[in-house]
Amino acid sequence: MSAEAAITVEALTKIYGQTRAVDGVSFTVPLGATVGLLGGNGAGKTTTIGMIMGLIQPDGGKISVLGAAMPAARSRVLHRMNFESPYVDMPHRLTVRQNLTVFGRLYGVDGVADRIRQLAEDFALTDLLDRPAGRLSAGQKTRVALAKALINDPDVLLLDEPTASLDPDTADWVRSRLETYRHTFGVGILLASHNMPEVERLCDNVIMLKQGRIVDTGSPADLVSRYGRSDMEEVFLDVARGRGEAAHLAGWENG
Amino acid sequence: MTATLQRDRHRDRAARANKSGFSFARVGAMVLRHWYLLRSSWPRLLEIVYWPAVNLLTWGLVQTYVQQHSGFFANAAGLIIGAMLLSDVLIRGQQGFSFAFLEELWSRNIGNLMMSPLRPSELLASLMVVSLIRLAIGMIPVSLVAIALFDFNIWGLGGVLALFFLNLILTGWSVGIVIAGVLLRQGMAAESFAWTVIFAVVPITCVYYPVATLPSFLQPVAWSLPPTYVFEGMRAALIGHQFRSDLMLDAFLINLVLMGIATVGFYWLLNSARRQGSLLSTGE
Repeated sequence: MSAEAAITVEALTKIYGQTRAVDGVSFTVPLGATVGLLGGNGAGKTTTIGMIMGLIQPDGGKISVLGAAMPAARSRVLHRMNFESPYVDMPHRLTVRQNLTVFGRLYGVDGVADRIRQLAEDFALTDLLDRPAGRLSAGQKTRVALAKALINDPDVLLLDEPTASLDPDTADWVRSRLETYRHTFGVGILLASHNMPEVERLCDNVIMLKQGRIVDTGSPADLVSRYGRSDMEEVFLDVARGRGEAAHLAGWENG
Repeated sequence: MTATLQRDRHRDRAARANKSGFSFARVGAMVLRHWYLLRSSWPRLLEIVYWPAVNLLTWGLVQTYVQQHSGFFANAAGLIIGAMLLSDVLIRGQQGFSFAFLEELWSRNIGNLMMSPLRPSELLASLMVVSLIRLAIGMIPVSLVAIALFDFNIWGLGGVLALFFLNLILTGWSVGIVIAGVLLRQGMAAESFAWTVIFAVVPITCVYYPVATLPSFLQPVAWSLPPTYVFEGMRAALIGHQFRSDLMLDAFLINLVLMGIATVGFYWLLNSARRQGSLLSTGE
């Protein structure tokens, strides 16, 4: 296992009843890289992220985060990880500042008040700090969730649809923040997204999932080239609609 | 460079907290989270005091009436109110624990917590502290009202009261721990357990009557529950004016066993929830 790997997953498997939600998935997220996890609904993205986070017990395979075997050694690395997901929320009655204070303390952040002030500036939350989280718009909530995800300056960041509810301007701004954060600190980011322009912009490598299996991997430019398409949106549709193999071969022959 | 140094400081501090295993700082963070919640919601505060107050008025008036017509109760002043106040420690202690846990499910925050460095043992410890805070908010004013309206001072039991309290709250926490595990495994479908389970236990623990009153087949069941020893001990103190240390010791030993079983059950249910993937979908 590489010392540089943020996340290493080998033959990861999860079975629910007769369904293989994740089926022998293997990939690596190096430190300093963003890897996209793509696939249609039910492809196994959230289950894969859930297993990496330790919320779901795998039925087979191995997960290593920053060299620590998960979930057995999760307490060694949880303070160096964080995540953002639409499947979780923050207490609505607590203000943004109170929520971030609680999470800052849970993650052992030194100088929580200063860190919150800094994040509030980075994510334009200063005017919202004393507003209850339940009174924020969807876009504001996403920004707060991202601030929470960065409160401990994580080395490993798991992002599930981080810009799903943001307007294009704010989404673009958030992507810039994520790019800056990754380049400044060399963190490993695993990004699940349905937004293909976002994937093309942020990801160094992409893993295409379908029915729990990896059907293709490569850089966005490489995939677009190999499938003979003009962008990742078309590659995604090829894979999702089962045209992946034919298009892939056609692209291969043409190339 | 400043950002890098700041990041290193975060890591050092977090690594220190992890090395020490159980972290009181993380327990404190969770208690703070519930303190913020209580402070922000006067209906929640009101509700905490409301039911103990209603119970006190109801049972206090019943006791006043019975005392006027019964020599036995006239000689055992406070028997009913004392039983009511102590049973509320059991009931509200468990419910305070369970409701604090439910708050995490209602707000869809449990995934955030399970993914954070907070350990399950720290989560349980924080829920215990929160239940104590909620009990203090609910029971201290009501106990003072009992002095003012019904001339019954439960604080007059002194050190014995602390032993009664300890044994009752331990039982309440044990029930609360199991319910938390069931909620993690079954999601909000099991929400009503937080309200109802303890009320199935209360009649068997003989709050208002001696164990001998129960049908003989239920008496062994009653003696397997620590609160039974507490309520028998309370009657011994109020009627016979004697302290039954044997009862308190037995209650404490059974409580240790119950707490052990509850903790093992919680971890088993938590692992089962991880296998089923229900931690990411704790809704209905």
